[in-house]
Amino acid sequence: MSKYRNLVIGAALASALVAGPAMAQEYGLGRPATPEEIAAWNLDVSPDGTGLPAGSGSVSEGETLFVEKCAACHGEFAEGVGRWPKLAGGMGTLDRRDPVKTVGSYWPYLSTAWDYVHRSMPFGNAQTLTVDETYAITAYILYSNFLVDSDFVLSNENFLDVEMPNADGFIVDNREEVEFPKFVKEPCMENCKDSVEITMHASVLDVTPGTQTDEEAAEEQQDASAAPEPAAPASPDPELVAAGEDVFRQCKACHMVGEGAKNRVGPQLNGVVGRTIGTVDGFRYSNAMAAMGEEGQVWDEEALHAFLENPRDYVSRTRMAFRGLSDAADRDAVIAYLKTFE
Amino acid sequence: MTDQSGSSTTRRGFLQAGLAAGGTVATAGAARAAGDPLITEVQPWARYTGVGVDAVPYGLPIKFEDDVIRRNVPWLTAETLSSVNFTPIHALDGTITPQGCAFERHHSGAIELRKEDYRLMINGLVDRPLVFTYADLERFPRENHVYFCECAANSGMEWAGAQLNGAQFTHGMIHNMEYSGVPLRTLLEEAGLDAAGDLSGKWIYVEGADASSNGRSIPMDKALDDVLVAFKANGEALRKEHGYPVRLVVPGWEGNMWVKWLRRVEVMDGPVESREETSKYTDTLADGTSRKWTWEMDAKSIITSPSPQSPITHGAGPLVITGLAWSGRGAIERVDVSIDGGKNWQTARLAAPGQNKAVSRFYLEIDWDGSEMLLQSRAMDSLGYVQPTKDALRAIRGENSIYHNNGIQTWWVKPNGEAENVEVS
Repeated sequence: MSKYRNLVIGAALASALVAGPAMAQEYGLGRPATPEEIAAWNLDVSPDGTGLPAGSGSVSEGETLFVEKCAACHGEFAEGVGRWPKLAGGMGTLDRRDPVKTVGSYWPYLSTAWDYVHRSMPFGNAQTLTVDETYAITAYILYSNFLVDSDFVLSNENFLDVEMPNADGFIVDNREEVEFPKFVKEPCMENCKDSVEITMHASVLDVTPGTQTDEEAAEEQQDASAAPEPAAPASPDPELVAAGEDVFRQCKACHMVGEGAKNRVGPQLNGVVGRTIGTVDGFRYSNAMAAMGEEGQVWDEEALHAFLENPRDYVSRTRMAFRGLSDAADRDAVIAYLKTFE
Repeated sequence: MTDQSGSSTTRRGFLQAGLAAGGTVATAGAARAAGDPLITEVQPWARYTGVGVDAVPYGLPIKFEDDVIRRNVPWLTAETLSSVNFTPIHALDGTITPQGCAFERHHSGAIELRKEDYRLMINGLVDRPLVFTYADLERFPRENHVYFCECAANSGMEWAGAQLNGAQFTHGMIHNMEYSGVPLRTLLEEAGLDAAGDLSGKWIYVEGADASSNGRSIPMDKALDDVLVAFKANGEALRKEHGYPVRLVVPGWEGNMWVKWLRRVEVMDGPVESREETSKYTDTLADGTSRKWTWEMDAKSIITSPSPQSPITHGAGPLVITGLAWSGRGAIERVDVSIDGGKNWQTARLAAPGQNKAVSRFYLEIDWDGSEMLLQSRAMDSLGYVQPTKDALRAIRGENSIYHNNGIQTWWVKPNGEAENVEVS
């Protein structure tokens, strides 16, 4: 950093000389940000607690919220589903091959977790958690890492008392001190080593994408050309469909529709309206959902309305961690939107 | 993708392409006696007209180039909304990366934000917190600079050994574009920095408008040095996937700091230590401690051709070896190339003198004898820093670093012209 410092000081002196102590706006562009605008965007929280709003939340409140809003990706115990991030565990693995980096094992500051949950989560429905909900979820993540007891309540009052296990696990970049002495040098040009042997081949692992066989490629091509044109649904209301597309944003983190839609956290939803429940190939349904399908139940509009209004009422042990759409107009719209995907 | 023969990326495909090319040589040889029909017979394109102007108001590459595309590695991430894909560097030449195939990295998907809906707030320790519209930004004095943007995780899958077969996958999290924009310094001074007092220990926090709220802390001296608030790349508006309408350009520093859809710059007393600068983009060493604030991208180079996705199809004889080199700490001074796995080196030709924090193109023309080669390239920057071997990096950092792997890459080129990603002693 030293290489910039002189420049900064020089520049600061220069501006001081040119502009004088008043430092008026040079171009007069932009307008003042109002206190309300700053409050709306200035949400970041620093390690010393700067920016942390007053509030509190308990581990048990956090558990309920976590199961509802976070567990679909992070697992009910914050252990992570598939390749989604693990938030708990991994203590003592940082010096091993493939360390497990979680809030408990790796993150140096609790402020980082609170801030990230508050501003960036839940994935696909960000910035919807209240301050107290954020405290509660953060408390539950601490609990799932065995860092607090089950009766713990996290608040702005005790926030800085929580000790993060890896708080001292970081050093500031020292490449210039450690590596430059080795790497800043005149390089060898001739007879730099006695022998050269290949020690590892990428082809051993063979994880390079795009190595499908030509037959597979041809098959995919054929499948694509054989797929029928999507039939136009009976006079869809374009406004309703557009509104449904908006509503569907809440679903997109887990469900895909349209060309090339694949199963993600949730099954792909092409043709879901009128489909027998629990029958998308390759998706692992809850037992409850699969059983409804075996009974021949179908996702007709009535069933979709009931499910979307309150998923856990309709299918008590569904894996879908979504609180539902309480507004019937939203449900109408999203069903109209889904109908456009055959 | 109608022309399957031209778009195969499989190794078998390469082999077939090689054989086909060999066959063409033979056929052409036989045909040459009577004359190449492509020359002796009037071809359709020489008889009939082509397409008129306006057939495509904004053009895409011709269909014969439809394999020059970004590709991702599906097993890397849980899903594409928070993922990365790779620039097809094996198929490009020169230094400027076309926006349409420049790698993408999103944390919650690429959003569509209209210029009319764009706002940039400057707040914190400033004399006057300000809000700028897009139109406001266009009224400040503008600069043009070519810079590379490299993800800190570029080559990150290669720490523990050769893993992916192709320069696109091992080194494709980089692009190099000409940016037009306003120096961040100008905007900070417009808001006034007297309130911040002594600037030397101050920081800024920059944040995007997308749902990931990606934010990074940057020391004030860098912010006032060469950081750019950019709205054009390669002469045209930024693409949606690169942060339209406005992104931050942080020359020489890791791509994650180049916040897209930039909406806020806050002047602060210290770093926020956000998720992206603590739990991610920190480099874990063998003893379990981790380096933080590893911002600069060290000198690095890669031979883009020949390479696994760009095999030699013409047999022995004149061969152009080419690649890219860059350094986040200055300009590229020199690139050396070895064809024997690092025993002996020869200095390649830079297509143009190295530019500060921008990609350089290098060429080495050889008369290939058709025997196997272990191809390597080694960059040297204006600090005199020489790109290290992967072994030298691992000796210092171990294998868990994930980020900042700038080690020398080896391609094993076989006598048939195919190439494979390998490591050598």
